[in-house]
Amino acid sequence: MTALLEVENLVKHYEVGGGLLPRLLGHKQPRVQAVNGVSLAIRAGETLGLIGESGCGKSTLGRAILRLHEPDSGTIRFAGTDVVGLDAAAMKAMRRRMQIIFQNPYASLNPRKTVADILAAPLRLHGVAAGPALRERVMAMLAAVGLSAEHASRYPHQFSGGQRQRIGIARALILNPEFVVCDEPVSALDVSIQAQIIDLLARLKRDFGLTYLFISHDIAVIGYVSDHVAVMYLGQIVESGPARAVLRAPQHPYTRALMSAVPRIDRARQGEPQIRLHGDLPSPMNPPAGCRFHPRCAFATGICRATPPPLRQLDAMHSVVCHHFPEVMP
Amino acid sequence: MISRLGKLLPDKLARLAGLGVLAFIVMAAFAPLIAPQDPAATDLFRRLQPPAWLDEGDWAFPLGCDALGRDILSRIIFGARVSIFIGVVVVLLATVIGVMAGLAAGYLRGATDRLISGLVDVLLGFPYLIFAVGLMAMMGPGVLNMVLALAYKEWVVPCRLVRGETLAARETEYVEAARAMGASSLSIMVGEILPNILSPVIVVGTVRIAQVIILEASLSFLGLGVQPPTASWGSMVADGRAFILDAWWVSTFPGLAILLLVLCINVASQAVRDALDPRFHD
Repeated sequence: MTALLEVENLVKHYEVGGGLLPRLLGHKQPRVQAVNGVSLAIRAGETLGLIGESGCGKSTLGRAILRLHEPDSGTIRFAGTDVVGLDAAAMKAMRRRMQIIFQNPYASLNPRKTVADILAAPLRLHGVAAGPALRERVMAMLAAVGLSAEHASRYPHQFSGGQRQRIGIARALILNPEFVVCDEPVSALDVSIQAQIIDLLARLKRDFGLTYLFISHDIAVIGYVSDHVAVMYLGQIVESGPARAVLRAPQHPYTRALMSAVPRIDRARQGEPQIRLHGDLPSPMNPPAGCRFHPRCAFATGICRATPPPLRQLDAMHSVVCHHFPEVMP
Repeated sequence: MISRLGKLLPDKLARLAGLGVLAFIVMAAFAPLIAPQDPAATDLFRRLQPPAWLDEGDWAFPLGCDALGRDILSRIIFGARVSIFIGVVVVLLATVIGVMAGLAAGYLRGATDRLISGLVDVLLGFPYLIFAVGLMAMMGPGVLNMVLALAYKEWVVPCRLVRGETLAARETEYVEAARAMGASSLSIMVGEILPNILSPVIVVGTVRIAQVIILEASLSFLGLGVQPPTASWGSMVADGRAFILDAWWVSTFPGLAILLLVLCINVASQAVRDALDPRFHD
């Protein structure tokens, strides 16, 4: 099976204002290296879980893939088409096939529009349906996400967080896309609601034949929904592979630290040492030289400080970006 | 008790002010029916006749007469037409232009923003009245020219407001969702952002009407506004200036009319703000 989405060497940097004086003096503008040379592939019908801590660039990556933030360089191939090179008209057609579900259900719905208007907008925009057919399709979509017809004429502020997220999901799916970026779709919700929404996403994926890029910082959620997992640190992917392999037997020291941070009842019995990460995520404006993880890595040596680590394949699917893998094994 | 009073009072006051504004509008609309005299009819025998309650007063001319023997009350009633017309038309015109420019600058950013914001900064550099006086001097007096002269600079106010609100709104996820749908910039500006930033625009607009009325009066006072014999509050104040010690009523009553209308609009705009704030609903 070939990949539905292939991303290669995607780069997205942001210029941040450096003030007038440095600019006049010709100093280089500081740049936030949000996404720095990311490659990944997602096969049709699968879910790639993208995990990383706040500020590592996961959301930027998701938005750059959809060209909501224009990538600086790299290629994005969707079903064989290079998305980056598309002109406005072709991109608009492409947007029917690639959609996004947002993190914050309170900010992602226009407060001045009714649910029916929010769901009808994409259909009108792409001229998919009009009149009674449009209304029928809106109602069908509402039913698919577990809302009823009477909700259609209400405004977003009349709904709970979970219901709003259902509306956001309905909006993303109403054009029948093939690929959906789920950008932390449950992080803003109560734990009791999270399970409902995750189940809904799983059911819709089956019913609509969807492919997900599922972005989250919650390892339990990622483990539940993903077929493959990619671990992101400071704008780069440090480890990727099948969900079971990466989460059960993490290789990269960062992935190990993440796994080790998940509270488990049986850790004491297994006698695993807990790995603690020290310090904060370094500034993406001035990332560390060599391996970006070395200041916080327990295994870092001279080479880590000097040269960026290579990509190493553990097997056909599982790859790690580290100098010391697989030699270093505690 | 005090706090309850404090809650009720602004509300009652705002309603009262709203009624006041309404009364001024009705007065302007039905001026020919309400005015006791012809506002342009001169009668030199009644030159500087005092208000009715003073000696030599006459209840047919309740607020007295000006230097040409014209009834001051009737001229105030007809003058309301000019003031309200100019206030409303200038602000409407300025709001339409300002909203379009502000949306474009705030959403499109880049060169469009630099051009519009640069123009706004240049216009802000001129004192309002001097700018309007200069334009009036070039174009000549008259109601239409006054509307243009005031609107030339007035649009800056809604433009800056809308640009700021748009800058905030364009980063919201519902705008991003619309872009992910493939919506055009125009449909995002008009369909997604505009409905969400309209309430502050309306509130500022109501306050600015009062400001423009004062400016109109100032221009008319300087003789650049409405031309005689059409009555305008500003020119009436100017007419009475020469007799202020002998016949205070000529300047005072039109001045009070300006004060009262501007006060009513300002207080009533608070009620408009409350009405548009969703936190006060359901």
